[in-house]
Amino acid sequence: MTRRLSPLLVALVGGIFLVLHLPVLVLVLYSFNSSRFAASWSGFTLHWYARLLERPDILRALRLSLTVATLSTLVATLLGTLLALGLSRRPFRGRRLIEGGLYLPIVTPEIVAGISLLILFVALRVPLGVGTVIVAHVAFTTPFVAVVVLARLRGMDRSLEEAALALGADEVTAFRRITLPLLAPGILAGALLAFTLSLDDFVITFFVAGPGSTTLPVLVYSMVRRGVEPTINAVSAVLVVLTTGTIALASRLGGTRGA
Amino acid sequence: MTETPPIVEFRRVSKSFGDSRAVDRVSFSVRRGEFFSLLGPSGCGKTTTLRLLAGFETPDPDGGEVRIDGEVVNVRRPYERRIGMVFQSYALFPHLSVERNIAFGLEEHRVPRTEIPGRVERALGLVRLAPATFARRRPHQLSGGQRQRVALARALVLDPAILLLDEPLGALDLQLRKEMQLELKTLNRELGMTFVYVTHDQEEALAMSDRIAVMSAARVAQVGTPADIYENPRTEFVAGFIGEANLFDGQAGKRGSGEATPWTVTAADGARFGVPDHPGIQEGAGVRIAVRPEWLDLFEPGAVPAGENALPGTVRDIVYLGETMHVVVTMSDGRLVRVALRNEGQLLNPLRWRRGDTVVVAWRPEDCQVLDPE
Amino acid sequence: MSSSPRRRLLAYFARRPAAGSWALLTPGLLWLAAFFAVPLVVLLAYSVMHRGTYWGVAPGFTLEHYRRFLDPLYLAIAWRTLWIALATTGLCLVLSYPVAYVIARAGRWRNILLFLVILPFWTSFLIRTYAIIVLLRGGGVVNSTLMGLGLTSAPLELLYTPGAVLAGLVYGYLPFMVLPIYASLERLDLDLVDAAEVLGARAFARFRRVILPLSLPGVAAGSLLVFIPSLGAFLTPDLLGGAKTMMLGNLVQNQFGPARNWPFGAAVSFALMGVVMVGLLAWLRVRDAEAAA
Repeated sequence: MTRRLSPLLVALVGGIFLVLHLPVLVLVLYSFNSSRFAASWSGFTLHWYARLLERPDILRALRLSLTVATLSTLVATLLGTLLALGLSRRPFRGRRLIEGGLYLPIVTPEIVAGISLLILFVALRVPLGVGTVIVAHVAFTTPFVAVVVLARLRGMDRSLEEAALALGADEVTAFRRITLPLLAPGILAGALLAFTLSLDDFVITFFVAGPGSTTLPVLVYSMVRRGVEPTINAVSAVLVVLTTGTIALASRLGGTRGA
Repeated sequence: MTETPPIVEFRRVSKSFGDSRAVDRVSFSVRRGEFFSLLGPSGCGKTTTLRLLAGFETPDPDGGEVRIDGEVVNVRRPYERRIGMVFQSYALFPHLSVERNIAFGLEEHRVPRTEIPGRVERALGLVRLAPATFARRRPHQLSGGQRQRVALARALVLDPAILLLDEPLGALDLQLRKEMQLELKTLNRELGMTFVYVTHDQEEALAMSDRIAVMSAARVAQVGTPADIYENPRTEFVAGFIGEANLFDGQAGKRGSGEATPWTVTAADGARFGVPDHPGIQEGAGVRIAVRPEWLDLFEPGAVPAGENALPGTVRDIVYLGETMHVVVTMSDGRLVRVALRNEGQLLNPLRWRRGDTVVVAWRPEDCQVLDPE
Repeated sequence: MSSSPRRRLLAYFARRPAAGSWALLTPGLLWLAAFFAVPLVVLLAYSVMHRGTYWGVAPGFTLEHYRRFLDPLYLAIAWRTLWIALATTGLCLVLSYPVAYVIARAGRWRNILLFLVILPFWTSFLIRTYAIIVLLRGGGVVNSTLMGLGLTSAPLELLYTPGAVLAGLVYGYLPFMVLPIYASLERLDLDLVDAAEVLGARAFARFRRVILPLSLPGVAAGSLLVFIPSLGAFLTPDLLGGAKTMMLGNLVQNQFGPARNWPFGAAVSFALMGVVMVGLLAWLRVRDAEAAA
């Protein structure tokens, strides 16, 4: 039963929502501002988007980011789902420890994870490049996938699997025909999380990327460091539309499956 | 009965949620000290009616009035109504101990600190829980029956004028439920407190109530004592929801004169039966009557006592129910009729009817309940 | 019907359930061991070795790098890190509770509002931080608005202050606080609130005595989910804080970068990890307690 909310509270929360979305909205708005100096509005332009097309480094970085995110998501989704399945079966000695340990990479400050991986690569004389970036992304996104899939598994009705066994399916068939389809939304959600985390990651990538492996966040970071310029606004706007679109699409797909 | 004003009165009260009407022009009144039940199937509006009385919902602004002690309370908050309430889920605060749960209302009513422990203890005594054992437990450490008692104590400790109970026994097993029914009835009598009780269990309502309001589809179908409701149901819904009822349809003939059962009704298959006088019956119009299974009897063809209504049929099934035996008879028009016969002991005095026997179902004309069209 | 080797394999695992679990766990655990645990162990080893002449480490065992942490210069950074993380948590809590409360009571608007809360979370953290720069810098939106309204005559120094870092962190981590509080409020049995009302509790008493205590697990979980990443923040203070608002994360980067003192950087990392571990254990406890309730 819905209770009435005080208008004051609703107004306050409305204000918080506004402030929450204002920065990105302003950013997108200013990507259409013809003035170089962002504060004053001096007319609508697509000039900064046109400039993007003249910057092969940005396009290259975007393509690299997407490649890294796709490859690392595939591996992390597989590893994470297997971890979740291993943890969801009957209890065994050490299970709680492993489950708690899965959260360690999630809470470890990225700067610590990135630098420790960097010294390992340096100590082993592994050349830094796209390979090291993908390896690092798989390592830090796998636990997220595992946690999301595990939550879905825990919420699932295990008697469905038992019903399949009682109807004559063996464990492999029961998994393929019952568990996997029911788990699919969870796996999709985990993969989506891994994809966006990888696409978004700056700190870890910054340390393990070599000269030829500048991803988009690393490039944007160096642009921001050099100073505010409208091209960054345009890049940002493109990225915002891209990620939001992906999420909206994915949640629609997930929604139709009753996720 | 002497003329005391009703403690609760509903006058054409409605409540809508969006497009749907949960309560539709409901009127009834509750007398002081009475055990009054709102009975109906789920979704009939009984809980919304109770929540209107509690003050959680405000009636639609169409002139309907909820009165307590003669005063209109439509927009009064629950804590301004001198009511107590026991929830179906018990709604015990999980983060507070039993004694803190019971003290909650006393604290909110600014009862002096020094008085609180004594009143909590008395309330626990009222519901027969030993304070030494239970006072410091948390709700999750109690059984269902104990939670129920704590919920009751928490409501009673404030000494409300009216106690509202929303299906309070729904979650208990049968044994415990019967025990609590008796206790609630005793509390109602000994405290002289008015109880308004919501239930979907007709047996429970019959056993406990002084009066019952039967609700169906957002409206009150009938208000009366348990005997009224059971023996004189006014609609097909009431007849079927409370106890079992066999329905017979037919067309009224000419009104006879002088007798207790002046109407003769002719069924579709030509059978005729006598029906008592009723304002709803008009010459030539359709009539529907209900007869309880225990008011029916079975005879061999030709052996029916004079003056009784009689219809032929074939025994289809015999159901053993313990106290009674139900004989299910297929009538000539194909409809099934249940006849309840006292169980005289099947081992020593077995029933004389067998499946497939040709029988006559008979009843006294004055036992017909003429139903209002719905 | 299935081939018999498959049946034999299943029978094998049926007799040894743990073996089946370990078979599923091994690939992931190996990857995490090699690329997460081993690097941390190497880092731990570095933190107790001597400093190399130019960079890196030299053999030997010492605790001097941990002792060095007691230098007032570094204690000040640790202190600043702590209070910024605490202030971020507090601000997030104050802002999130009403938001979570309204969403939990929003009926059919609920999913849309939840989506709006999560939306910024899907936008790149780097870009959101950059957006704060655009708002706060000298010729930025906030300053020009203030001057346009005549409230200030010259641009305020908003960027490169602790306040800017705080704004960035709160903006970045708000959803982590809203979601667990929302979850605990959404689960709250509304009969309890009604029961409190019949017992005489006015709106504020209902909140203080029933709603708030029952949402505390969500508050605790949300606080830890904000506090832990705030403590290890690097990017936000790096871009919004400037040299004067350095946090521990920046100190680590600084030691491995320009300062070239790897062992000290490693020691700072482990000091940070220590606090984060305490936070993680606290969070796991809160979570298990809530699952048991």
